[in-house]
Amino acid sequence: MPEYQTHEHDVLVIGAGGAGLRAAIEASASGVSVGLVCKSLLGKAHTVMAEGGIAAALANVDDRDNWKVHFADTMRGGQYVNNWRMAELHAKEAPDRVRELEAWGATFDRTKDGKILQRNFGGHRYPRLAHVGDRTGLELIRTLQDHGIHQGIDVHMECTIIKLLTDGGRVVGAFGYERERGRFKLFKAKAIVLATGGIGRAYEITSNSWEYTGDGHTLAYDALAELVDMEFVQFHPTGMIWPPSVRGILVTEAVRGEGGILTNNQGRRFMFDEIPENYRTQTADNEEEGWRYTQGDKAARRPPELLTRDHVSRCIVREIKAGRGSPHGGVFLDISWIKARIPNAPEHIKKKLPSMYHQFKQLADIDITREPMEVGPTTHYVMGGVRVDSDTQMSSVPGLFAAGECAAGINGANRLGGNSLSDIIVFGKRAGEHAAKFAKAQKPGSIDARQLDEAAQWAVQPFERGADGEGPYQVQYALQKMMQDLVGIVRSEQEMQRALEGLGPLRERAQRVGVGGHREYNPGWHAALDLHSLLTVSEAITRSAIERRESRGGHFRDDYPDKDATCATFNIVVRKNAAGRMEISRVPIPELPSELKQVIEEMK
Amino acid sequence: MTGRTATFRIWRGDARGGSYHDYPTEVTEGMVVLDAVHQIQAVQANDLAVRWNCKAGKCGSCSAEVNGNPRLMCMTRLNQLDLSTPITIEPMRAFPPIRDLVTDVSWNFDAKKRIKRFKPRPPDAPDGTWRMSQPDVERVQEFRKCIECFLCQDVCHVLRDHQMFNEFIGPRHLVYAAALEMHPLDTENRTRDLKDTHGVGYCNITKCCTKVCPESITITDNAIIPLKERVIDQLYDPIAKVFRALRGGRHV
Repeated sequence: MPEYQTHEHDVLVIGAGGAGLRAAIEASASGVSVGLVCKSLLGKAHTVMAEGGIAAALANVDDRDNWKVHFADTMRGGQYVNNWRMAELHAKEAPDRVRELEAWGATFDRTKDGKILQRNFGGHRYPRLAHVGDRTGLELIRTLQDHGIHQGIDVHMECTIIKLLTDGGRVVGAFGYERERGRFKLFKAKAIVLATGGIGRAYEITSNSWEYTGDGHTLAYDALAELVDMEFVQFHPTGMIWPPSVRGILVTEAVRGEGGILTNNQGRRFMFDEIPENYRTQTADNEEEGWRYTQGDKAARRPPELLTRDHVSRCIVREIKAGRGSPHGGVFLDISWIKARIPNAPEHIKKKLPSMYHQFKQLADIDITREPMEVGPTTHYVMGGVRVDSDTQMSSVPGLFAAGECAAGINGANRLGGNSLSDIIVFGKRAGEHAAKFAKAQKPGSIDARQLDEAAQWAVQPFERGADGEGPYQVQYALQKMMQDLVGIVRSEQEMQRALEGLGPLRERAQRVGVGGHREYNPGWHAALDLHSLLTVSEAITRSAIERRESRGGHFRDDYPDKDATCATFNIVVRKNAAGRMEISRVPIPELPSELKQVIEEMK
Repeated sequence: MTGRTATFRIWRGDARGGSYHDYPTEVTEGMVVLDAVHQIQAVQANDLAVRWNCKAGKCGSCSAEVNGNPRLMCMTRLNQLDLSTPITIEPMRAFPPIRDLVTDVSWNFDAKKRIKRFKPRPPDAPDGTWRMSQPDVERVQEFRKCIECFLCQDVCHVLRDHQMFNEFIGPRHLVYAAALEMHPLDTENRTRDLKDTHGVGYCNITKCCTKVCPESITITDNAIIPLKERVIDQLYDPIAKVFRALRGGRHV
């Protein structure tokens, strides 16, 4: 038997970004004992990187906004393969969740009459994003953290879960290691909420940190839960591209929301060149109207820079491929031009986009109030994830819940900016509530020593092979490069088949990975263990993407460049079959109830 | 500076002790210190321990001392440093070492818990919402920019040199207390705690914390001094004391 420390909670939440914290707060408020595991220190999760805001139809800035418009925007953005019930709940509940943050101490920017201010964002018909300058994510996570620490939640920092433990199909615990001493930990729990975020580290160019290796996706998959929509990966149109060391770091969409424009090396605003049919009536057809929209003119339509992220990314790739890119292989994003329109533009920019100003000034020697930025697409978000029940967030495995980025459904084929921060608080709360309810109705399960042994033995193998084995980082880099090149923004059957073939040898290399030293805070070891998750999600993305023979939202195929109406009727589900192999299937999307259908029609 | 080699002298060790190791590595345009550390970790020392997350100055994980200066490694460009001599990188020295560049900062999380939580006034509107003016929230927003990198704690002599972790919560948590105290909605009174258990009096305004703050929060002038003033106004003002005695002696 391996040595390990045991902790026991009614509800265990894995992941301490916005979704995990919100779930933990909700569960503990209902009176159950809660453990919260974070891969990093508390408050460092990727939520801090969210910049632009939280989408919620508060109607503080434009009184035409309401949940129906938000719902219709989310469905349109997701190209109608969303879980419509989740989109409905999200649009209805987001305003209450935002107001709740204020009651817990969040200080959003204000309107003139003292209400929460809202800003424009891509794909949202009205100004809808509650925000704090361009550091909204930090405000959200800090508010939840500072509220949560007084709730009696047991926080296990710098701890990584490597396996979920099941008993007769129900999830009853989790096994992992803490970084500081490298000791194993067993968490017994009656219900588990996965809130582990995304998969960005499967790609070479990403806005995600080292943590985003698809752990929750993989834990769920290995526990025989279903994943869905894995072909839909969001490439954010504006990541930094120069200097090389900052490549991929996010440049918030709020730059465009505040009037920033995209241009090519001929100075042309290329976003006007192609406006998708389903957005034509909502989009400005001249620069003047677009500018008026960003300045709050309710009669104006939004500029094409604020079309959905999938579309903007593809337009940027088109410009670069056609030789109209910027010197370092991107395009120009310019906010400095607004000095032609408003007085004190530099001050205005610094006030509205303070962290962007800093980021470019410090990392790229660029003053964004004076010159344009160079930007290009960066892997940002995965729409796909654990398939959950829309109302309870429970997966296909009893007792296993998921919320936030690692769950799927609300976003369909493409997520709108700002819908992630609202997603995590709406469904984080729901997951916490229902996990607690589930836990209360359960007796503790029994822990299978064999499952523990297997996990522990697997985890120490890299040490047995020692420093002479394959380097963990080298395997990671090879995988990232392959996924970037073959399953990236523009995909084809041929390339994806090559990726699938490439995954086999990479898996073999991962099994030969060795690390030196000892178990205390050893990043090489951690990277070695993360490879299993990265390889699993990469395979899920690739297989799902091959199966969807059309282009929709974040999934674009060269060989099937058009949307296919017959493909709007199903989602692609990934599961592990009895032989331990990955299996793909299509599951039909339930028909929209007539009242929601009507909402979509009204908002067209 | 493409293609040139620079040497990074990194402290490696743990609570039992450690020493500096030299790692030469190639540096290219735009690199930051954290990039060099990652490069060394990937090729020369897989087990080199370092904390990092966002790599964009937003999460406050990669705090260390670069050539003796408390810095975020992800925001320290190599072209700001003299590369002709080795660049020294060591962990934050105010906190107990765990391994290499990673320190035990858990005290900060405990200290924060001891500060009384946010307690808002009843909502202003029937729908349960509040009204606040932009200038009022801005005062607090400055403090809420804090990314909890703990560089201010690292450089504060009360903590670093005198190790008064039991008596003093440090600049980070005074900023946190200030954010609560000056929050337009907050009704809690933390003055007595600030004096007695949070030790605001130990700060003697050397402003070292303000200098190292990567978020440029004016820690001393905008947060700590106003808190000191509150303590003096409420607990030391003789005239107010007489007033309080006459009005029934409410203690704060």
